Amino acid sequence: MLFRVITKEAFRKFVNTLLSEIEIIAPRKVATDYTGRSIYHYLPVDRFEDVALDYDTTRFSAKTYFTPFKENLASYSFQNGDWTQSIRYRGVTRLILGLHACDINALLKLDKVMARGPFPSPHYIARRKNTLIIGIDHDPCAGGFCRSLGTDTVTHGFDLFLTDLGDRYFVAIDSDRGFSMLQEVENTEVTEDDRVEYSAVRRRIAKGFTTHVETHNLPNILDIEFESPVWAKWGAKCLSCGTCAMVCPTCYCYGVSQEFSMDFASARKNKQLYSCNLYDFARVAGDHNFRARTSTRLKYRYYHQHRGFVETYNEPMCVGCNRCGNACLAGISPPEVIADLHMEEKA
Amino acid sequence: MKAHLHHFDITREESMLLPVEFHRKTRLQHVDKAFKAEITRIVPLTDMERLYQLRILDPGERERFTFFPGQFVMVDVPGFGEVPISISSSPSSKGLVELCIRKAGLVTGVLHKAGQGARVGLRGPFGTFFPMEQMKGKNVLLIAGGLGIAPLRAPLYSIIENRPDYNTVHLLYGARDQSQMLFGYQYEQWRRVGDVKLHLIVETPDPCWTGEVGRITALLEKIRIDPDETYAIVCGPPVMFKFVCNRLSELGLPMHRMFVSLERRMHCGMGKCCRCNIGSTYTCLDGPVFDYWTVMNLKEAI
Ligand SMILES: Cc1cc2nc3c(=O)[nH]c(=O)nc-3n(C[C@H](O)[C@H](O)[C@H](O)COP(=O)(O)OP(=O)(O)OC[C@H]3O[C@@H](n4cnc5c(N)ncnc54)[C@H](O)[C@@H]3O)c2cc1C
Ligand code: SF4
Ligand code: SF4
Ligand code: FES
Repeated sequence: MLFRVITKEAFRKFVNTLLSEIEIIAPRKVATDYTGRSIYHYLPVDRFEDVALDYDTTRFSAKTYFTPFKENLASYSFQNGDWTQSIRYRGVTRLILGLHACDINALLKLDKVMARGPFPSPHYIARRKNTLIIGIDHDPCAGGFCRSLGTDTVTHGFDLFLTDLGDRYFVAIDSDRGFSMLQEVENTEVTEDDRVEYSAVRRRIAKGFTTHVETHNLPNILDIEFESPVWAKWGAKCLSCGTCAMVCPTCYCYGVSQEFSMDFASARKNKQLYSCNLYDFARVAGDHNFRARTSTRLKYRYYHQHRGFVETYNEPMCVGCNRCGNACLAGISPPEVIADLHMEEKA
Repeated sequence: MKAHLHHFDITREESMLLPVEFHRKTRLQHVDKAFKAEITRIVPLTDMERLYQLRILDPGERERFTFFPGQFVMVDVPGFGEVPISISSSPSSKGLVELCIRKAGLVTGVLHKAGQGARVGLRGPFGTFFPMEQMKGKNVLLIAGGLGIAPLRAPLYSIIENRPDYNTVHLLYGARDQSQMLFGYQYEQWRRVGDVKLHLIVETPDPCWTGEVGRITALLEKIRIDPDETYAIVCGPPVMFKFVCNRLSELGLPMHRMFVSLERRMHCGMGKCCRCNIGSTYTCLDGPVFDYWTVMNLKEAI
C-alpha cells in the first residue's frame, strides 16, 4: 500500500473540488438526543462545512447506499395479454466520505455475500464499483467493541483512508483512482515524524476501548448453548421490531414483493431489507412458521452473526459497531447477550 | 478530478452480454432475468393441486435450460410474485417443464386461476439434486408422502428412462385418502413399463379402497431392503421423512444414503435473501436436497 500526507487545508480543497463534480455522502449532524448526544446520519452533503468528520457513530449504517432499504430488481410492462421484463442497474458515481474502519470491514463482508460466490448480484456490484470510499480513523465510540472482533483496523476495501495527525492527515491509498485523484492536490511523502506520530495515534486509539466481548470459542458455545435459558430470558424482552437488523451494517436479508402500477399497465419487483426478528421471516404457506417464537428468532440472529457466517467465511459477520445495541428499545446488546452465554457455559 | 473516476457500466461487462445460465453459479449475469414460458397444458389433479406443463418460448433459452432431478425453479407471476416450485418432469424433455402446484396462498392462487396460454417467468434451475449417477447399479427406494410425489417424479422419470442402470426400484406412496393420491393415471405405466414396484397406502380409506391402510412407514415392513445395496429418496412433510428415515436407519440403511428435500421460505433462490437459511446453511444453495445425516446436524431443520 502507498502512503501520503496531506494538510487539512489541501483536503478541504480536495473535497470541495469533488463536491462540484459528484454526489458526496458523509456523516452529518441531524439532531441531538435527550441525553445531549449528537445524532449523525450518512447523508448527501453540499458543503464541506456540513461534513462532521469528528462524529462518533451514525445511528444507521451506510449499507443503504449499497443494498438500499428498498430497491427495484426488475420491472414488467403489460401489452396484449403478454409482458416484457426489464432490468436496470443504478451506477451513479458517488463518494462516501468518512466511513470508519468497522463500516469498511462491514462492506468487505457484504462483498463476500453479494459480489462473490454463487450468483454475484449485479445490482450490488454496480453500486459498489461506482462508489468511492474515503475512510477515517477515530477514537473508539462508546459501547463499540470492534476491537474484540478485529475490525477496528482496515487494510483494504477503500480508496483512501485518513488518520488525523492534528493539522494534517496520514493517508493510506488502496486504489489507483484514489492515487490519481490525490495527485490533483498538494500532498507530501511520509516523513519519519509523520510515521512516529501515526503510530502514537494508533496506540492511543487501541487503548481507548472500554467494551470487550469474549469471542473465544463463541461459534461452538452458540451451538452447545442452543437450548440455553439465556435465549428465553432475552427473547422475553425482544419486541420483534427488527430495528437491530435495519441499523446493522452487515445484516443483508431481504424480502421480495411485486406491485402493480395504478393503471395495471406495469408492475415492479422490489427488494426490501428485512429482519430475521420479524414474525413472518420463516413463515411458509399453510401458516407453518419455522421460527414462531421470539426467542428462536433472536437466537437465530446471533447464531447467524457469530456462528453461521463463521462456518462459511471463517469470520463473524458482526463488526462490533453496537448500533443494534444502541437502537434496541428493549435494551438488548451483543456484549450483554454474549457475556450471558459465556456465564451459562461456565455454570 | 472526475476524469479519474471511470464510470463502471455493468451492462457492458463481457459475461453480462452472454445468455443467462443459472448453472454457471459464479458468473456475473442478469440473475433477475426470468425466462418467459407459456402454460401449454393444465391437468387438474385434485381440488387443490394441478399439473402445469410449461414451454420456454425462446428457442435458445429452451435449449440451454437443463436441470437435474430434485432442483427447483422460481416461478414468476409478474405483478404478483415469485414462488419456489420443484421440477416434476423428466430432465431429458428439453424446454418442457412440468410443475405440480398446490393452491396455498397468493401466488399459487393466481396460478390456479391462470389458463392455458398464460405466460409466466422461470428463473433457475436452482439448488442441489439427487445423486442419480451414484445410485446406478443399486436398488432405489422412492418414498413419497402427499405432495412429496411432485419432486419425486423427476428422479422417477430419470430412473425409468435409464432403467437398466438401476437394480430393484420400489416406489412407496402414502396419502391421506384416495382422493389425495396424485397421478393415479400414471401408476400402470410406472409399474408395467417402468418396472417400478409400486406400493400405495392411505390413512383413511373410503369404502372402495382395497389396498393398504396406515402410515407410510408400514409399507417399509412389506418389502425386503438390502441395506448395503440401497439408496433412498424421501419426499414429504418433515414429520413424514423423519419417521421414514429413522425407520430406514433402524433397518440398517446409512443416513448418508437417504436423501430428503427440505422446504423453506425462499425469496431469491440464490443465497442472498437469507430467508431459507438454517443456521449457516442456505436451503436454496446447499439444498433443497440433503442427505439425512446433514439434516440431522442442522439446528431447527426438522
Ligand atoms: C424448494 C421448494 C420446492 C417446492 N416445491 C413445490 C411444489 O413442487 N409444489 C407446490 O405446490 N409447492 C412447492 N413448494 C411450496 C411453495 O413454494 C409454496 O406453496 C408457495 O411459495 C406459496 O406461495 P403463495 O404466494 O401461494 O403463498 P403465501 O402464503 O401467500 O406466500 C407468500 C410468500 O411467502 C413465501 N412462501 C410461502 N410459503 C412458502 C413455502 N412453503 N416455501 C417457500 N416460500 C414460501 C413465498 O415467497 C410467497 O410468495 C416448494 C417450496 C420449496 C422451498
Ligand atoms: S433485539 Fe431489540 S431491536 Fe432487535 S428486534 Fe428485538 S427489540 Fe427490536
Ligand atoms: S454490533 Fe450489532 S449492528 Fe453492529 S455489526 Fe454487530 S450485530 Fe450489526
Ligand atoms: S432463497 Fe434467498 S437465500 Fe435462499
